[in-house]
Amino acid sequence: MALDIIRRSATTTPTPQARDSVELAKLIDTTRCIGCKACQVACMEWNDIRDDVGSVDGTYNNPTDLTSSSWTVMRFFEKEDPNDRFNFEWLIRKDGCMHCADPGCLKACPSPGAIVQYSNGIVDFNQENCIGCGYCVTGCPFNVPRISKSDSKAYKCTLCSDRVAVGLEPACVKTCPTGAIMFGTKEQMTAQAETRVTELQGRGHAQAGAYDPAGVGGTHVMYVLKDASQPQLMGLPDDPQISPTVSLWKGVAKPVAMAGMALAAIGGLFHYVMKGPNEVSKEVEAEVEKELEAEK
Amino acid sequence: MTNHWVDIKNADLVMIMGGNAAEAHVCGFKWVTHAKEERGAKLIVVDPRFNRSASVADYYAPIRSGTDIAFLGGVINYLLSNDKYHDEYVRNYTDASFLVREDFDFKDGLYSGYDADKRRYDRSSWNYQIGEDGYARVDPTLQDPRCVFQLMKQHYSRYTPEVVSRITGTPEDRYRRICEMIGETGTAGKTMTILYALGWTQHSVGSQNIRTMAMIQLLLGNMGRAGGGINALRGHSNVQGITDMCLLTTNLPGYMTLAHESEQDYAAYMKKRTLLPLRPGQISYWRNYPKFHVSLMKSWFGDAATPANDFCYHWVPKYDKAYDVLHMFERMYQGEMNGFIAQGFNPVAAVPNKRKVVAGLSKLKFLVTIDPLETETAAFWENHGELNDVNPSEIQTTVFRLPAACFAEEEGSYTNSGRVLQWHWKGADAVGEGKSDSDIVAGIFVKLRDLYAREGGAFPDPVVNLAWDYLHPEEPSPEELAKEFNGRALTDLADPKDPTRVLVKAGAQVKNFTQLRDDGTTACGNWLYSGSWNQDGNNMAKRDPSDPSKLGQTLDWGFAWPVNRRILYNRASSDTAGKAWDEKRDVIHWNGSKWTGSDIPDYKGDAAPSDGIGPFIMNPEGVARLFAVGRMAEGPFPEHYEPFESPLPYNPMHPDNPLVKSNPAARVFKGDMEMFGTAEEFPYVGTTYRLAEHYHFWTKNVELNAVVQPEQFVEIGEELAAEKGIRAGDQVKVRSMRGHIKAVAVVTKRIKALDVEGRKVHTVGIPLHWGYVGLAKKGYITNTLTPFVGDANVNTPEFKAFLVNIEKA
Repeated sequence: MALDIIRRSATTTPTPQARDSVELAKLIDTTRCIGCKACQVACMEWNDIRDDVGSVDGTYNNPTDLTSSSWTVMRFFEKEDPNDRFNFEWLIRKDGCMHCADPGCLKACPSPGAIVQYSNGIVDFNQENCIGCGYCVTGCPFNVPRISKSDSKAYKCTLCSDRVAVGLEPACVKTCPTGAIMFGTKEQMTAQAETRVTELQGRGHAQAGAYDPAGVGGTHVMYVLKDASQPQLMGLPDDPQISPTVSLWKGVAKPVAMAGMALAAIGGLFHYVMKGPNEVSKEVEAEVEKELEAEK
Repeated sequence: MTNHWVDIKNADLVMIMGGNAAEAHVCGFKWVTHAKEERGAKLIVVDPRFNRSASVADYYAPIRSGTDIAFLGGVINYLLSNDKYHDEYVRNYTDASFLVREDFDFKDGLYSGYDADKRRYDRSSWNYQIGEDGYARVDPTLQDPRCVFQLMKQHYSRYTPEVVSRITGTPEDRYRRICEMIGETGTAGKTMTILYALGWTQHSVGSQNIRTMAMIQLLLGNMGRAGGGINALRGHSNVQGITDMCLLTTNLPGYMTLAHESEQDYAAYMKKRTLLPLRPGQISYWRNYPKFHVSLMKSWFGDAATPANDFCYHWVPKYDKAYDVLHMFERMYQGEMNGFIAQGFNPVAAVPNKRKVVAGLSKLKFLVTIDPLETETAAFWENHGELNDVNPSEIQTTVFRLPAACFAEEEGSYTNSGRVLQWHWKGADAVGEGKSDSDIVAGIFVKLRDLYAREGGAFPDPVVNLAWDYLHPEEPSPEELAKEFNGRALTDLADPKDPTRVLVKAGAQVKNFTQLRDDGTTACGNWLYSGSWNQDGNNMAKRDPSDPSKLGQTLDWGFAWPVNRRILYNRASSDTAGKAWDEKRDVIHWNGSKWTGSDIPDYKGDAAPSDGIGPFIMNPEGVARLFAVGRMAEGPFPEHYEPFESPLPYNPMHPDNPLVKSNPAARVFKGDMEMFGTAEEFPYVGTTYRLAEHYHFWTKNVELNAVVQPEQFVEIGEELAAEKGIRAGDQVKVRSMRGHIKAVAVVTKRIKALDVEGRKVHTVGIPLHWGYVGLAKKGYITNTLTPFVGDANVNTPEFKAFLVNIEKA
């Protein structure tokens, strides 16, 4: 299957157009998910990442958030029916990169080639090009990328681009015991989502639906939700958009911001020398945002 | 499981109660997903907590831990009073029509024959009326007031929805809705499956919890059918295997029974177990008992077992009482044991009342642990601060740690919950000096045998004569052991129908247990496993997933006991004329000359329906027992008894009889009764359980598991948390009469206070995976809290219902 880079951060050279390719997608059916975290374990195993043995924060969420070594985590939400205290739901969502068709992270990234989008739809980070500025974090409408404390570079789910490139499904899909995580062409997964939604509606979940938000051009990770009218119940934005800051950055403000970026980089270097790498991104971000605010 | 994992997909209704399949049997739970999506099946979950299974259920109801019999007894009442049972099935395939002895009685919560001093029943009146012809008397009209059907109806009429709701705390509307959903499967066209696990077994009424459900499945006509059955989800990959091999101390392999010390007469022992039919023309398969027993003795003692010495019957120990795990640790605690071998067993973590267990181990001269990993038991003498506050200088026990191979480091068979034996091959060699368990045990045996041979001793015969014909005596191979379980001919076996023909040559593997003999010409280590490695080779290694029926029977994948039958009692999948109740889910049916279908008949293959042979061929009645005759310790019909530690001061079914507050037949050791807490001091119901992220006490040694569930916690409802000023993430202290643990509080909407007998009852949920050994954050042994009492029949400890208090630490 053809695999070209169709978008590359902070790059103006045209991307390859000659070959056709098929868009792929992962479908997460939250109504089949039992929150067992096998996907988290498979992700750590395949990608050779090990998060810290953390602590319990009073919920089942563990690790408690996405980190540079936890590229997917289960998030548990409790919903109670105000009219019947025994009629409640424990909603569980596998969180991770959505692989947006219109990726806010890539648009925000100032470092050439640190973020790419393949023709199959996967949005991938190339850490060797990453300068650790954290713009991708700001640019992501789903709050997914994380900066590593050990190398100050951004990490997130790759949709197992290495496995997919050789015709394998992502590790989480392979391991999911209930078949809640599926993988195929975007077309197949969209159809599969429709089938699931029909079944759920027949089971009495009138609001069941797919989550493939148009605000980011659709995603290559989609959900089936029991109540698609309220995605925020599971911590998903109703109508995700690339943040205005990033849109501005990509639009009229870009030349100015580039200059700001240069300044910021110097500031960042100063900061790095003084305080170490951990907070570079915040520092840079604050300075650039100040610049952008001034432009407005 | 009477059925098997894949068969769950054939159900119309899946009920999870007394278990949490999505959490504890994550992979097998996929078949529930199949049932829902392919058949439109509904999933019901009944549990004290809204758990991971409930998160994908169609309907959920809460229940107070330890009140399952009240709930299920109410379901029986619903089915009987609303004619929701499967009439043809009940009349023909159960003992509903059998007449019960006139002296059988039930009054004030006690059955006839109770001895309060011994806490035991004389069960002789719990039996059928036997006519002059030697057969049980029946009334096919089901009208006789002494017939099982009428007695059962009367017994459960007391379990009205109001009473059930008051005892269980289950809201009445939810309880009624579940009764209706269950009742819909009492027809030929529908089946329900029940998935349960330790949430039913780990109670002082554990066995009766399961029996109550078995009665429901019989009333619904769901036994023997695809998508039906009583399905125990076993906790370890091979715990079904150890059960088949002989888990209970009063059993022998293949569910034969060890002789009691009063049974010194071999002929009488055999006669008692060679069960003859209780109704005309029935098979009563246990009438073959002598064939299985003699073959076992030949397998154990070889040439030394002869008709003249009763096949070494007198070499096998006779029991005086059960030596279950509670009894072992009681004896240890009393200083009556010198040594203990813990093979793949971590009793400090896994047995109730840790303080008593550690005190017991401290009195031993030696302890041997056989395990791939360090365990809390191996380290019981180490001081780990509050987590294990012992003084090593006061402990004189010598501990030997023998490193065992891990499951993936050895070859052999697993028997899964669905009774399917699957051969597996080793993936790696054992690390360091690790050896397989069989090598370790064989090594110990050979040394002991040499010592006995050299030095004699009080009774060396059974040890020095034990058949041990392995190529390498200190390393019996898994193949040799497996062949031994299957059994072989010791002389040429002649065909009984044509004595000139040799059926099996001397030394060859028998085909299956139908070729075993009671004259000492066959040897077989476990008759149930006979057929697993026969002349066709290792049938456990078969890996053909073909499934022509699409029911998931896959007869050429592994080997299911007995004789590769996938669904037990499958004759009951067809009506009395031999026609499948549901042709789309045909297990076996009569084709005019023989039984055929998607499974191997659990029946006589050429017996016409008109012969009237019942489907439950192991029972002398030929039918299933709604009335358990004398087989259960606390009565033939399950009755609700409170857990030994109950938030109530009385049994709501019998408020005026303190004798029956809790199971009157459960064994309580001297001193342990005083260690039960009261609701005044410990007002909340504690219940322990497992989480999807961990496997028992093992995976806290694994980094990945530790990452996804790193730290000990307890779960409480928001209401209790508010009362106690506890917020999510706070450190809390949970106390019982026996000790305390500290953990992080998870505060949740998923555990609700229940209204029980006009009181508000809170539940404290206590996951159990932590300890003072491993990579996860160190934690307390949760069995510090649990009471030292078990089920009256098999003594499984009451881990699921006890009393605690909780406060901010």
